[in-house]
Parts: sequence; C-alpha cells; structure tokens
Amino acid sequence: MIAHFLKLEWKQYFRSSYWQKSIFLNILLGFFALYFMASFLIIGIGGYYILKDQFPEQDPLVLVNSFLMYVIVGDLIFRYIMQKLPVMNIKPLLILPINKKKIVHFILMKSSFSIFNLFGLFFYIPFAVVLIVNGYDTTGALAWLFSMILVVQSANFFNFLVNKNNQVFMGLITILVGGYIIQKFEVFNLAGFIGEGFDAVYANPIYALLFLVLVFVLYNFNYKQLRNEVYLDAFISQEVKVAKSSDLAFTNRFGDIAPFIKNDLRLLVRNKRTKSSLWMLLMGLLYGLIFYTQPIYADKEWVFVLVGIFSTGVFLMNFGQFIPAWDSSYYKMLMSQNITYERYLKSKFIIMTISVVLLFLLGIPYVYFGWKVLAVHFAAMIYNIGVNTHVIMFGGSFNRKKINLDEKAAFNYQGTGAVQWLIGIPLMLFPMALFGLISWLVNFETAVITLLFLGFAGIAFHKNLMILITKKYQESKYKMIHAFNQEN
Amino acid sequence: MIQTTLLSKKYGPVEVLHIDALDIPTGQSFGLVGNNGAGKTTFFNILLDLVRPTTGAIINHDFQVNTTEEWKTFTGSFIDESFLIGYLTPEEYFEFIGDLRGLNKADVKTFLTFFEEFFNGEILNKKKYLRDLSKGNQKKVGIVASMMGNPKVIILDEPFANLDPTTQIRLKKIIKELTENREITVLISSHDLTHVTEVCERIVVLEKGNIVKDMETSAETLQELESYFAV
Repeated sequence: MIAHFLKLEWKQYFRSSYWQKSIFLNILLGFFALYFMASFLIIGIGGYYILKDQFPEQDPLVLVNSFLMYVIVGDLIFRYIMQKLPVMNIKPLLILPINKKKIVHFILMKSSFSIFNLFGLFFYIPFAVVLIVNGYDTTGALAWLFSMILVVQSANFFNFLVNKNNQVFMGLITILVGGYIIQKFEVFNLAGFIGEGFDAVYANPIYALLFLVLVFVLYNFNYKQLRNEVYLDAFISQEVKVAKSSDLAFTNRFGDIAPFIKNDLRLLVRNKRTKSSLWMLLMGLLYGLIFYTQPIYADKEWVFVLVGIFSTGVFLMNFGQFIPAWDSSYYKMLMSQNITYERYLKSKFIIMTISVVLLFLLGIPYVYFGWKVLAVHFAAMIYNIGVNTHVIMFGGSFNRKKINLDEKAAFNYQGTGAVQWLIGIPLMLFPMALFGLISWLVNFETAVITLLFLGFAGIAFHKNLMILITKKYQESKYKMIHAFNQEN
Repeated sequence: MIQTTLLSKKYGPVEVLHIDALDIPTGQSFGLVGNNGAGKTTFFNILLDLVRPTTGAIINHDFQVNTTEEWKTFTGSFIDESFLIGYLTPEEYFEFIGDLRGLNKADVKTFLTFFEEFFNGEILNKKKYLRDLSKGNQKKVGIVASMMGNPKVIILDEPFANLDPTTQIRLKKIIKELTENREITVLISSHDLTHVTEVCERIVVLEKGNIVKDMETSAETLQELESYFAV
C-alpha cells in the first residue's frame, strides 16, 4: 500500500506543471537548497571552534542553547511562510478499499521527511559530533541531538496543526521581538531561560524523553484532526468566507477609470497571492535600515538611490511586473467589453503612482540619516513615477503567463518569465549607475537633479508614452488571450 | 445583421473552422449545434475578436469585428466562467459590468429586479464571492451580465449546461422574450437538442468546422437533428 502511495506522490511531483515549467527555476531552487545545507554544515562543524575562540570563558553548548529559542521561533515563522502542508490528493482514494487510518498516517509520516526538517539537521548533527570529539559526555550530547531532532519534528507537526492561522503567526512574531527586547533591556532573559532547559537535557539525558512525549502528543492531535477530515465534507463545505462588500465610493473622483481602480483595490485585498505581496511593502519600507544603520554606507551615495528606488517602488515593482497577468483569469471578458486599453492602463498607472508617493511619505523619517538621504529618496520617487511606471507597463505587454490568484506568493514563480527578471535591471540598476557616474564626475547635487529631470520628463510626456504602451498592448492582444487561456 | 464571409481559422495545417457565407438577420434567435471540436466556440471567439480569423471576416451591424471596436457597445456575451471575476461579489460584478456599459448604480439595481425569478434567491445578498458560488450559479451571473446595457446582440456559449431544470426553463422564457420584438439577435450554442430547438427559430449544424445543415425550426427539426447525430 505504502508503495502505491509513494508511486502516486512521485508521479504527482514530477508531472506537476510546476516542475515541468522551468528547468532554470528548479536549478535555481536546487542551488538555494544546497547553499543552505552547505552553510549549515559549515556552521555545524566550525561553530564550536568559532564560539570557543570568541568567547573563551563560556561553554559553546550553553551559548548555542541560549539562542535556541530564536532558532525555533524563527524556524516556525519560516515554515509558516514557506512550508506547504503535505496534502495528498485524497479525494480519489476515498472510494477505494483503503483504510482511512492508513491514509492519514501516510500523510503525517510523509510530512516528517519534509525538506524543512532536514535543513536543521545539517547543523545539529555535525555540531553534536564535534561536541563528542571535544570530550563532551557522549550520552549527554546524543540526548541533546535526539532532543533537537524531536524539536524539529514537533515544529513540523505544530505548523501542520496551526494551519496558516494568522493569530498564531502574530504570536510567534511577538515572542521573537518581545523576547529580544526584554533580553536587551535586561528585564528577563527568556531565551536564556529556555536555553537552561536544553542544558538540563545534556546534564540529565533522561529529560530528552519529554520531547518524545511532545512529538507524540502533537502527532496525535494532528491525527485526530485529519482523521475527521478524510470525508468529502472538507471539500464540499470548504469554509466559505463571508464576503465583505465594499463600496469604495471615494474612488469615484477618478471618473471613468474608477471602476478599474475599484477592481484593482479589491484584487489586492481579496486574493492570497496579492495579499502576501502586501507584506512586501513593509519589507521595502524597512529596507533602508539594513544599509543606513551601517557606517560603511554612510558616504556611499549611490546606495541611497538603491534604497530610494526600492523603498518607494516596492509596490510598483511587485504589482507592476504582473500587469496585465493579474487580470489573466478574466482577460477574455475584459477584451469583449467596451473599454479602451488606455483607461485600463491608466488605472494601473494611478494606483502605482499613489503607492510611490505614499511610500515616500512613510519613508520621510529616513531624514534622520541625513538630508541627503531624503533628497535622494525624493528624486527616486519622481524617477519612479516618471520613468519606472512606464517601463514596467511596457514590459507587461510581453507578459504571457497566467496567474492563479489563490496561490501564495512566497517561492511562487507563477507568472514569472525571463522578462520579469530582466526588467529589474533597468528599474534599479540603471538609475543607480547613472547617479553614481554623475556624482563621481560632477557632484551630488547634479546627480540628484539628473534623476529629477528624467522623472519630470517622463511625467511631462506621460500621454505620449501611454499611447506608445497602449499600442504595444493592442499588438499583443491575441497572444495574451491565447496564453492566459492556458492552465500552467 | 451579422455577416460572415469566407471565414476560416487554421491552427497549423488543421482547419478548425470554414464558413463561406452565413448571414444572421437582426432579431433572429440563432442556434449553433455540433459535436465537440465542431468549431462552435471558435466561431463565437472570432465573433468577439478574441481569436483572429485566418481568412475572411465577420461584420457585426456594419462593424467589422477585428478592425473596429464599436460593436462592443452593443454586444453582450458569456462564453465560460473565465468571463467572471472570482474575487468580486455578484453585486460588485454587476456594478463593474454596468459601469463599463454605461449603467449607474440605480440602473443596475432596476435591471436586476427583472431577474429575481431567474436568480431564485441564490445570487444576490448572499455575501459570497463569485469564486465560491456553484457552477450553475456562476453561470446565472454570467448570463445576466451579458444582457446588461441593452445589447443588440447577445452571445451565449452552452447556456443550458450546469443549470438546474427550473432555471433552464426560466432561461428559455427569457431568451424568447428577448427576441420577441425582433430587435435583439441572440446567438446560442448547445449540446442539448431539445432546448435549442425550443428557443431558436434557426439552427445551424457545424461539423469539423463546416456548416452541414442550416434550417428553420419546425415540428420535425428535433427529429431530424436526432437522426443526424445518431450515428
């Protein structure tokens, strides 16, 4: 029986359109996986010696333990975003003479071998081996390793149980940030406290059994939950979310493009794929902190351009690069309606422009890092509005990939073609290079003015550019209809 | 009047549609039947300028469909679920289509009251997104949307499929009423010979892209069609 299941899984995996779509992307993903594994392995082997060297008076194992809380919570957050629940397509199996228990156990066991559970082991196993080699108590180190494997498994089943519950996710973030803050201000060392628990496992190997109980309990919860769902009810009565109608009357001031703007706003908040893109806004906004807090970048003005373009344009790039694929599932209908491409594209332009201005305003606090930063961000905003919006909409006319709006965004390359990767170059690298060159040849002020000039020129020629872009869309209309009709 | 002249569509070497001449006068209820792959949907797609013809053209009320867009103002259509926007509620969808077709909110509301019976209380104010409706209910939304804004031409691909018997009967009534004044041309395709003979005054049979029969509906039509397809 298990052999049958495995065979089905194998076929499902390799025959999925996802796999067949692009060898290139798969290789890229493979490299990522290998990279992570290799890094973990290196840290696992070298970690002990590095810690010993840096903190000679402390025990490396205790140090590692005191950070485990962050690792575990971080792992859970990572899983929440990335890990897909291992759902086997059980519908066709239900009417066959297969014991339902078996199906459920198989699904659960399968999830144990998920790649997400393997990553951690690349660190824990070599680290434990190094501990033993360096004269740590063998039983203790093995018990510690055993506990870590069980912790990883618990995380796996916990994630399964949580099942993409947003409240739990917020809870995890709170623990992570809150734990760090109270440790930093020396209120309470939560991570250290949890670390002591792991120290105790090393001292008393018998405690490792507690983790075994934990895994067992979580597994059972999962089993009970799933066993109840091996009925068609789960498919038929898929919880239908109560639709929230929204009037969005404020968009009426945009006149004849208002219906499209309304539609795009609803598109953004009502679909999984777009909703997870909205998270990117926060990331983009905080992107500057990575650079500006480091003194080495303080006098590298071209970095300001990178941050400026990215942080004011994060939505522009995320949303813009999939125009018109966002509307791919009903593109035929749009094309048979009495609308002009111009109105359709204009609404996209306005939405992107508003986002750019809004993100700039939210990013004004960056002035803390100097007025130059703000000046560059302002120029970047104008450049984004004048140049990048047009470039990205032009690039969109080459879009031939359908998007399924119900899929999540992270690690989802649906709708991504080579053009989407290439378009990042003119959007970010070009202004950066131009700015760098001019500020090196002339001075900072001239470089800012150049960006502003390009941006304002784009705004001034907006109408002409739109005519050009519209023409391009009209030319590719049939190709797009045909392509959007194909399931991936 | 919808005129088709020397129309053909080829995918590679395969010709999927070939119509030398087909005139559909204004106000006619026109039925298209044929087995899978006969070219019914292709014909509708060309008529809606969603697919380009290899040769020939269709002229919809004096406007050639692949060179102008004027015909869009008076042509309503529903081909399949991909005409719906899944993340909208039915009310929002009607409002959107209404906006595009020049109806304001109040107009849309009045328009929808005519279809209360057809909706059978399953569409409006249900607080559901279109993607969460059943296939049949999605179809109801699409069909009604195709009739918004006083179109002169209505194109429906397989309108009866997936509908429950009551709704099928109500749809037939609606289609008959539409063509009563001989101002609205209705084009439908169907696999259900009974329905199509009941609603349509003219039936064209396509086979492998060619017109093989073109007849006025009479008492014998159903039998004739049944014997034709019973091979």
